[in-house]
Amino acid sequence: MSLKLEINPIACTGHGLCADLAPELVELDEWGYPIIHDRVPNDLAVHARRAVNACPTLALRLSRSQRHKEQN
Amino acid sequence: MNLDTTTALGRNVEDRVQLSRLTVGWEDTSRAATLRQHVGIYGPIPDASRLGRDGLLGEVAAAQLTGRGGAGFPTAVKMRGVASKRGPAVVVANGMESEPASEKDQALLARAPHLVLDGIALAAEAVGARDAHLCLAHTRDWLIDIVLAAVEERRRADVDPVPVSVHDLPHNYVSSEETSLVHWLNGGEAKPTNTPPRPFERGVAKRPTLVDNVETLAHVALIARYGAGWFREAGRGNAAGTMLTTVSGAVEQPGVYEIEAGSNVGDVLWMAGADPAAEAVLLGGYFGTWHQIGEVAGLPFTAAGLRPVHGAPGAAVIYVLPPGACGLVDAARILQYLASQSAQQCGPCMFGLPAIADDLGQLASARPEGDPFGRLHRRFGQIAGRGACRHPDGAVRMASSALRAFGADAHAHARRRVCLASARSQHNAPVMPVPRPVVEGGWR
Repeated sequence: MSLKLEINPIACTGHGLCADLAPELVELDEWGYPIIHDRVPNDLAVHARRAVNACPTLALRLSRSQRHKEQN
Repeated sequence: MNLDTTTALGRNVEDRVQLSRLTVGWEDTSRAATLRQHVGIYGPIPDASRLGRDGLLGEVAAAQLTGRGGAGFPTAVKMRGVASKRGPAVVVANGMESEPASEKDQALLARAPHLVLDGIALAAEAVGARDAHLCLAHTRDWLIDIVLAAVEERRRADVDPVPVSVHDLPHNYVSSEETSLVHWLNGGEAKPTNTPPRPFERGVAKRPTLVDNVETLAHVALIARYGAGWFREAGRGNAAGTMLTTVSGAVEQPGVYEIEAGSNVGDVLWMAGADPAAEAVLLGGYFGTWHQIGEVAGLPFTAAGLRPVHGAPGAAVIYVLPPGACGLVDAARILQYLASQSAQQCGPCMFGLPAIADDLGQLASARPEGDPFGRLHRRFGQIAGRGACRHPDGAVRMASSALRAFGADAHAHARRRVCLASARSQHNAPVMPVPRPVVEGGWR
């Protein structure tokens, strides 16, 4: 089972700490908001967790990757 | 492009483009049908509890009804998703119609409010709901009055087991999004919320909630009366039933039409009397896509039919760009409006939409700085898919379709040259009426 990095785009205010802590997984757009590579390889799980914990607005979370039931 | 639109529009036109199902009697009066007139036209109000949950779900599934609000999702699948959840559900009828180029839901509610209210009662039975809400834009007092009168008529006649509450919500573009309705009904602002959970999982009062467009519910009212087989007698190809469509712009008879689902775009244009010299259309409204008429005239006005050209009918809007007008100018104005309608919640939408609106505006006015194409394409890639709702995605889709449809003009503008379209006429101002780009009245 692989890990997935998810962002709540409403909670995110673009502090950008995640891109500092996990540059392999997060880059910033020109306005300073994170663009996420959602699949987290196992060897980067520590970096991902560090980014999640550092987010000042709690906008990131790490979840076990499984298919979300989508409607609409 | 010099297109022989007469041929493109006139080909294969059959008499069956227009059909009256939801629109029976609209020709004769501009007033709302009373409960008595409604029963006279369509027959007695279906007994929802006698049809039963399984009976209703089965019939809606067999009818292959899809949502008429824009997303086109199969209605029965959505209903089953809500019905399968534990505990009493909630039904929300979406009559907000925030798309400025669409008038169909207002027309339906103003002429046949009881069809929608029948549909709400049936949907409540189908998903096991004890509460039902009908959401309207607070700016439309005239419509709210009509709907309230119809609700009162039904209360007196004691026809509905589930009471319907009518609400007036802020009239912002993204306030009609289903999570916005749920958030507002729960006491919050009419702004989209992050998903999951989606409303069918946890919606109004944390209960499983069915949010359906009012036209979709009106079709349910007819399917419950006449059956899935009857419903499917209309519809070409894989499309089922009829659909309300708003046609405007350079047409002889703008307005709301009920057409057979799956009709060709060209047939609809011909029916409304589109200017034979017109070259481009906006399909799906402000959230839609621009196309040269020759590209789409022969295609069905359905999601599947328009997929090959990256288009979709959305809320069934067709706007015909007047001949001689520059589509880039209108596209830039629409994009500016969409940017102003952001809920200002997600960074890529808050900053990205004004940025691409500015890029497109520079192109439209033939005063580009640097490389506007490079900038736009990079920004399109950075914005789409990164909001909590689909607002930024729709804005990007509209803008990128304008660059495709008006590619030659865009390149002329990028070289600071007047485009072919504006060179042919006096038009260099936007021709499409765009609402004032302000968020009026707040969010609550």
